[in-house]
Amino acid sequence: MPTVTITVNGKAVTREVEARTLLVQFLREHLSLTGTHVGCDTSQCGACVVHVDGQAIKSCTTLAVQADGSAVTTIEGLADGQTLHPMQEAFREHHGLQCGFCTPGMIMTAVDFAKNNKNPTEAEIRQALEGNICRCTGYHNIVKAVAAGTAAMNG
Amino acid sequence: MNAELPIRPGPARGQVRESRPHDSAIKQVTGRAFYTDDIVEPAGTLEAYVAQSTEAHARITRLDVAAVRTAPGVRAVLTAADVPGVNNVGPVLADDPIFAEGLVEYVGQSLFAVIADDVRAARAAARLAVVEYEPLPALITVEAALAAGSYVLPSVTMRRGDAATAIAGAPHRLAGRLEIGGQDHFYLEGQISLALPGEDGDVTVVCSTQHPSEVQHLVAHALHVPVAAVTVEVRRMGGGFGGKETQASLFAAIAAIGARVTGRPIKLRLDRDDDMVMTGKRHDFLATWDVGFDGEGRLHGLKAMLAARCGYSADLSAAICDRALFHLDNAYYIPAVEAVSHRCKTHTVSNTAFRGFGGPQGMMVIERILDDVARHLRLDPLEVRRRNLYGDAGRDVTPYGMTVEDNVMPQLIAELVESSGYQARREAVAAFNAANPILKKGLALTPVKFGISFTTTHLNQAGALIHLYQDGSVHLNHGGTEMGQGLFTKVAQVVATEFGIDVDHVKITATTTAKVPNTSATAASSGSDMNGKAAQAAAQTLKARLAEVAAAEFGCRPEDVAFADNRVSGGDRSLGFAEVVTKAYFARVSLSSTGYYRTPKIHFDKDSFTGRPFYYFAYGAAVAEVTIDTLTGEYRLDRADILHDCGASLNPAIDRGQVEGGFIQGMGWLTSEELVFDGRGRLRTHAPSTYKIPACGDVPAEFHVTLLRDNPNTEPTIHRSKAVGEPPLMLGISVFAALRDAVAATYDDPAALPALDAPATPERVLAAIAP
Ligand code: FES
Ligand code: FES
Repeated sequence: MPTVTITVNGKAVTREVEARTLLVQFLREHLSLTGTHVGCDTSQCGACVVHVDGQAIKSCTTLAVQADGSAVTTIEGLADGQTLHPMQEAFREHHGLQCGFCTPGMIMTAVDFAKNNKNPTEAEIRQALEGNICRCTGYHNIVKAVAAGTAAMNG
Repeated sequence: MNAELPIRPGPARGQVRESRPHDSAIKQVTGRAFYTDDIVEPAGTLEAYVAQSTEAHARITRLDVAAVRTAPGVRAVLTAADVPGVNNVGPVLADDPIFAEGLVEYVGQSLFAVIADDVRAARAAARLAVVEYEPLPALITVEAALAAGSYVLPSVTMRRGDAATAIAGAPHRLAGRLEIGGQDHFYLEGQISLALPGEDGDVTVVCSTQHPSEVQHLVAHALHVPVAAVTVEVRRMGGGFGGKETQASLFAAIAAIGARVTGRPIKLRLDRDDDMVMTGKRHDFLATWDVGFDGEGRLHGLKAMLAARCGYSADLSAAICDRALFHLDNAYYIPAVEAVSHRCKTHTVSNTAFRGFGGPQGMMVIERILDDVARHLRLDPLEVRRRNLYGDAGRDVTPYGMTVEDNVMPQLIAELVESSGYQARREAVAAFNAANPILKKGLALTPVKFGISFTTTHLNQAGALIHLYQDGSVHLNHGGTEMGQGLFTKVAQVVATEFGIDVDHVKITATTTAKVPNTSATAASSGSDMNGKAAQAAAQTLKARLAEVAAAEFGCRPEDVAFADNRVSGGDRSLGFAEVVTKAYFARVSLSSTGYYRTPKIHFDKDSFTGRPFYYFAYGAAVAEVTIDTLTGEYRLDRADILHDCGASLNPAIDRGQVEGGFIQGMGWLTSEELVFDGRGRLRTHAPSTYKIPACGDVPAEFHVTLLRDNPNTEPTIHRSKAVGEPPLMLGISVFAALRDAVAATYDDPAALPALDAPATPERVLAAIAP
């Protein structure tokens, strides 16, 4: 079995994994980081989005071995202790969630987007979130949250 | 939770009417809200996979699982013979086998389950089974079932007056036909159960379900143990929408049987494709009608046939098809009605509850009829809709005999027409269409009047349990389940308001059959209405006890004791809430109480199909504007304006969220979400790659949602609020009506009635435009 070393939320971890282990399995099953969710298993819904070297990717269709040597950030690694990340705070404040199952992936996608789009239009936000499905909210408050979170991150 | 909070002086936070964020919001944005799959598994947990039928209708001539049993990692194989009790999880009729016995009736039906070290091993092993079938004729569509006279339940007729005579005597007459597609729930969290074996054959099932009590009962029957030996628990679901009402039982039962057989905890989580294939959906309907009306567009009589694809078993189809009849009038007075509902048996998955529960399909029919009437008479459909609304005495009784007592619809529509600028936009749309040969716009306003209550009367009851601890902290439990709709937040606000304390001090706890028994499903939009009232009753009992204690302390009468601002006061004295609770403990006063509620006034006679099935109605209306591309059939929702009635809202932010989400979900049902079964009964759209859920870009850039103001419920519901879970879904009908309006603009004849079935996919829109 291959050995991978991945820096997850700032801590380097080394584990032996089966070659076919998905990154999301590695996070959820090996590291008990269950904030990253599985919604569709097939790279469609975005519930499993995490950052690999700062870039948002779908961890249900990435192998753990592909992340070997990388830095991975999950939803659990976003807040600074008790202080929420501005994007997390925006989702809470603007009611950008209902059942909350899509929320971790939404936030991780949004944070990556906000880093590269300091002053986005609403249309750009909508386009950036096309790969993240939410079945509950109708997206209205999610878009508001991402706009506010982006402003707060870049403010 | 903070033990100091109750003695924090000042106005209590999080009372009713306040727009509190969802109670779990902080946990959800940090990834620390645990869904069933996130619970730390006990050592030795095994995983299950369910093997499925590949045939729609066949006799099983051979089922050989010998090779499965010896595959790597496999710990057990469960077949019908391994079910200790009843091999059935049918919620109403005993017609849903846990494992098929000799016969399969849909593609995806459970054949056997494999328990292995992990689900990957279980899935791989399941492939080693030898299954042989002798195919039988399969009925896949509603039309095939109708032709064969194949029903899961007897047909039902709703009748008032003499529809045939009324139609014959009317100045105008039209006949029509509409197909209305089904819908997959696509809750982001799929079906999942974790069964934990206990002593004496007991089992606890942590299950993503809207109906823990029913899961409990069905698991007990399957295990052949008393109901008291089974505990079902759910803290939260990642969405439900009706899909986790009856559909969770099969997976809970299989996990529980696995736990019994192996003595180990069993997790059963469906992957998305299996979930979409194996679980029931919204019923698709075929409707035909004959309607008589006058030159003003007022209806005189309606004969209608509603046929639903129920799938292979009854499930909740009786109540769902009844609700379609109850909403065939929507907001309109129809003097004479004869509507028959056929509950068709097909060899497809058994369709089930889905937000609206048949109501949306009934409404679609009458909205299409009024659209036809208006177009036939060359009138604006909105004008015809308004002329047919329920009105004063003589025009205020539904076809099933219930009086519409608080008919706010005329006023609500007037407000929305004004705020949305409907009239000016109607003209702008006409001008746009005259000037543009390729792009066409459509505009429509449709209303929603939705009946609130379970139409099965005995289900309208709820229980709650509140404990006070010596430090003044409050433990709240009730029979409702949290699926994202904000029920737990609202009920906690109700309890905080009753005690006059900060809501943060009310500990919200997982729904469990061990605390509140014999509950009804969290469904029919009734969660806050019923559980809010039950929790309020429990809180009031405790308050009365605390008031006695405080009155003795203060030297005043108990009725003069007030609970506010995190304090308890009487006369000129006051104490912190926690202090009074502590005093009550030392005075040997019980600090725990149940609360109970049953909805008043409702009754219904199934034989005559008359009564008052609903406690009250919730109202709303939406205006949608769309643009279609007549070369491709593609379209865009340009703008939506909604005015919705939540009574006096318990939490306006949460209610708005329900309205926004419901509208988009309704729009998805009628536009992009298409379930395609092939001739062999196989679902070809079993993943989001082929089944199109609305995405962020499908939401209109201009989206105005307003809650109707100053309209407290006329019935004494919890703080005069109204249910909001389901009704907004049907606001999505405005999008469908607007699309047809745009399609109609492609015809030279303004009286053309374009045939457009739901969902109005771009392909269907393209096919419907003028040749
Ligand atoms: S679970 Fe990875 S995209 Fe849906
Ligand atoms: S909040 Fe439920 S899926 Fe987005």
